[in-house]
Amino acid sequence: MSLPTAFTGSTKPRVFALADCNNFYASCERVFNPALRARPVVVLSNNDGCVVSRSNEAKAAGIGMGVPVYQVRSLIAKHKAAVFSSNYALYGDLSRRVMQVLARFTPSLEIYSIDEAFLSLDGIREPGAHAAELRATVGRWTGIPVSVGIGPSKALAKLAARAAKQAPMGVFACPDEPAGRDALLESTALQDVWGIGPGFARRLERGGIRNALDFARADARWIKRALGVVGLRLALELRGETCLALEEVPPAKREIATSRSLAYPTADKGELEQALAAYVSRAAEKLRGQHATAGALWIFLHTDQYRNEPQHYGSRMAVLPVPTDDTAELMAVALELFRATYRPGHRYRKAGAILTDLRHGSVQGSLFDARDREKSRRLMAALDAANRAWGTGTVRYAAEGFEKPWRTLCNSRSQRYTTRWDELLSVAT
Amino acid sequence: MPAALEVLNPAADPPTLAIAFALARVPAGFPSPADDHLEAPLDLNEHLIKHPAATFIVRASGDSMRDAGIHDGDLLIVDRSLSPRNGSIVVACVDGELTVKRLQKCGGRPYLTPENPAYPALWIDAGSTFEVWGVVTNCIHRLH
Repeated sequence: MSLPTAFTGSTKPRVFALADCNNFYASCERVFNPALRARPVVVLSNNDGCVVSRSNEAKAAGIGMGVPVYQVRSLIAKHKAAVFSSNYALYGDLSRRVMQVLARFTPSLEIYSIDEAFLSLDGIREPGAHAAELRATVGRWTGIPVSVGIGPSKALAKLAARAAKQAPMGVFACPDEPAGRDALLESTALQDVWGIGPGFARRLERGGIRNALDFARADARWIKRALGVVGLRLALELRGETCLALEEVPPAKREIATSRSLAYPTADKGELEQALAAYVSRAAEKLRGQHATAGALWIFLHTDQYRNEPQHYGSRMAVLPVPTDDTAELMAVALELFRATYRPGHRYRKAGAILTDLRHGSVQGSLFDARDREKSRRLMAALDAANRAWGTGTVRYAAEGFEKPWRTLCNSRSQRYTTRWDELLSVAT
Repeated sequence: MPAALEVLNPAADPPTLAIAFALARVPAGFPSPADDHLEAPLDLNEHLIKHPAATFIVRASGDSMRDAGIHDGDLLIVDRSLSPRNGSIVVACVDGELTVKRLQKCGGRPYLTPENPAYPALWIDAGSTFEVWGVVTNCIHRLH
């Protein structure tokens, strides 16, 4: 489907990069414990002890993603893998640092998840060299290895980032010439295309579509009928047309994100709080829709890069004392994070909230549903009052009790090296 | 620049330290119109941390760097964005172990020296892995 230029807007070729942290949680553990570079590293989810991050060595050892730790005990022992429970305080802080470094390399950074961000490289003469420099700087400054994919659309940049994981220098650019691009698409399975889940893949396969190239070449009207407008946009993106705004991109795995560009840049604290509260509310709805709770909440704010005025990329993470799906509770934490992040005098253009450390199957129940705010509020107040009077933890959520089998796993959490004075890294002189 | 407390404790409000301090010396009657805008409490983070995204705080343990003024329990500000010079105090990583030492070069070969005569210099063997984890820019030593 090609539209006249007048309809697609700018004729200037766009260049996007996706910077993706390699095995992010496992890499975070290695920053403060370099001896781990010689060993496989595995990070487990906090509630059910399933593998959520693996170093390359752990992948090579055959330790699968998402599997419960007890199923891979013997592999762990055999390969002397180091096992950690998730340390979201550490991961959140390192993510913030990575994003701050990335922001130095682009006029436009879009945080996509805790470990991925899109960068606009429009007008940069040698995007490949720029990406290599970016990668080296993030590695040196933060200790986190990143891969960078480059392409004329976000979907192609994402595809290239997959290839970059295999590339020796960690940077891969989607080929400019059609033959090279087709080869890349042809070698990409449908389920590896960004935004194509098992449902989309089945429908496409029924239509005789086997890989990303078939998908990109399929008839636009057919795709729209089969997958709707989101599917059509994905196909157009694979053809190199830019048509996905950040808010339309498919959600990252293991996270629930809501972010929007604001209608206009604003420095008004009240307006920003309202916007953020709305995003958190939507994210919490999605969370309850999945019957899940979140153990950590992350917010971010950007100014408008294209304006010649003070710039700020701020982000902060909170690890929740108890995983929750309660809108009011998440909102209160988000606003606290916002107040600590917001800088007066900066006009913000984008804001977002990301819920992570998701736990399925330990929902607190409808008692805390935001549809009954007043009840929830009264309950929280009573709970807080009881805990104030008789000591923290006197009255707790029932959900805390369900996690006991894994409580011992908290012992294998690394120190919160960057956010707690009493947990700093100790270095022998 | 972001405050160090932002680096260390995401839940807390920066800045960490508020010291009122009159910046402009005004001889007579004409306060600088900029004062209203520019006066902000002194922020130690600004003084100690030039590259917040690349700066980490670690705690020193041991007395091998005593004569450089680094004592057991001191806080070290470590900037990973800086390239070490000959003679820089660094957090070095030798065979996966981190250590604080002065970095010296002799004929292109790096070696690490302590600042305490009771300890020997550490030469890096050809078979060892060695890298500079970060450059120590400041040491915070509590006196009271």
